[in-house]
Amino acid sequence: MNRFKTQLAGGIAWIIAILNFFPIFWMLLASFKSEVEAVQTPPLFFFHPTLANYRDIFALQDYAGYAFNSIAISVLATLLMLLVAVPAAFAMAFYPGRYTRDILLWMLSTKMLPAVGVLVPIYLLSRDLGLLDTRTALVIIDFLSNLPIAVWMLFTFFRETPKDIIEASRIDGAGVGQTILYVLLPLVAPGIASTALLSIILCWNEAFWSLNLTAHNAAPLTAFIASFSAPQGLFWARLSAASVLAIAPILVFGWISQRQLVRGLTFGAVK
Amino acid sequence: MPPDGRSASRVRTFPLIAPSVGVLLVWMIVPLAMTLWFSFRRYNLLNPMLTGFAGLNNYRFLIRDPALPAILITTVVIVLAILLITISAGVVLAVVFNSGFPGQGIARVLMISPFFVMPTVSALIWKNLLMHPVNGLFAGVMRGLGFTAIDWFGSWPLSSIIIIVSWEWLPFAFLILLTALQSLDEEQLEAARLDGAGSLAVFFFIQVPHMARAISVLVMMETIFLLGIFAEIYVTTAGGPGIATTNLPFLIYQRALLAFNVGSASAAGVIAIILANVMAALLIRTIARRLDV
Repeated sequence: MNRFKTQLAGGIAWIIAILNFFPIFWMLLASFKSEVEAVQTPPLFFFHPTLANYRDIFALQDYAGYAFNSIAISVLATLLMLLVAVPAAFAMAFYPGRYTRDILLWMLSTKMLPAVGVLVPIYLLSRDLGLLDTRTALVIIDFLSNLPIAVWMLFTFFRETPKDIIEASRIDGAGVGQTILYVLLPLVAPGIASTALLSIILCWNEAFWSLNLTAHNAAPLTAFIASFSAPQGLFWARLSAASVLAIAPILVFGWISQRQLVRGLTFGAVK
Repeated sequence: MPPDGRSASRVRTFPLIAPSVGVLLVWMIVPLAMTLWFSFRRYNLLNPMLTGFAGLNNYRFLIRDPALPAILITTVVIVLAILLITISAGVVLAVVFNSGFPGQGIARVLMISPFFVMPTVSALIWKNLLMHPVNGLFAGVMRGLGFTAIDWFGSWPLSSIIIIVSWEWLPFAFLILLTALQSLDEEQLEAARLDGAGSLAVFFFIQVPHMARAISVLVMMETIFLLGIFAEIYVTTAGGPGIATTNLPFLIYQRALLAFNVGSASAAGVIAIILANVMAALLIRTIARRLDV
């Protein structure tokens, strides 16, 4: 009976999982179709695959430029964020003081400010500082809006690292620098890596500011894909190919970091 | 640690914490103060002659706008409908996936993938490849079964948006609820089963209560994100037809970047901030209770 139930649950789970993934699979199929096949009715499951769409988006639409913007913005914002967040999380986890709790909760509260509530001032500030349509503006915004999440996530990782080990290495005569480099870093490296991964995922998929603050020069992939919503963008096969390329790397990152992600996105409330 | 360790460590940690606190303080206060300031000003980018103090006029015009109630209702309906769909489906799926069946790891990867798809891609793939009234897959299937195809964005614009965003957020709910469920003590389940509890009883009296805190965190997190839904509307319906899918973020975008009315957009921004803060206060209280520093 129990065995039967497990099999039933497994069957249901697999059906739902496949249905749930189907839009992504359908997009992958469409990216190998010709434009005529992509809009064909009834929908086409078997066809002669072509790589023409992938060639076209590189040749006709400067895909590389948008991809470069996405990569540059995500990586720079993440590095900047680690530079600021790691020391803060380290200090609060290993040397908690009277105000640690308040600081952490206050940081969390800054994340609650809806982006749209400050669209106007950010837009005007960017304009006045000459930062409209620059990667700099997006790097700064992504850095700041993910900083609270990063501090929290790192904090929860650091706190699980035994403090005694630091004491022990200090007693054994290691300096602060040596302790951090040889004892602490190897222990917290996985936590830092998954925080960086989550940050890259969030920056990569950030759409609100990309759509509102960039035009062409600094536009990342989220904005590039949005340009397909215009009437002249009714190239479904090409849209699919561009989309596949835009989501593939991040999808892999997401699969790798799915477990740590929960902790980061719920601020440690669910582990 | 020596008796004075606390004050000594605070001196030492200050330079480590100060950069984070400093930049976040600026990031929070400056735009917030500007939004508040602008919301009381006459300020239109197209008309530089128009300046001065507007008092409550921006708010008055906003509140008297006959479209505002509909827009607020749309904003709330989007949030509530997606919460209901993602959390109820997420609870059931978490229980189903927790049973340990062959290939569970791969099935879970398939389940959570939509969450990593950027919002503009999700929206356009659904709008074109799936929901297009003539060439979309759904239309093809409907016609194949002998029904008339549904004009999703023509007849059911808000529902279409809700379906798309639910697809994006179901993985998030599912993943968090599954993680919460996996921390449930196996012995407790075994004991309940030995006492004769059926699957339904286990589900309602053990598993669901165990997920309660995860559910409350989910409700608050999702609410804050969903109040800001923008990209999906931007690339699919652009707020239309009429104002059928205009929510508060889209209204602010229209006022600020299409109509260049800074004062009015800022007043709407203040309303959005107040809405989100009610939820944020609840969320922070819940998390604070769990934080044992």
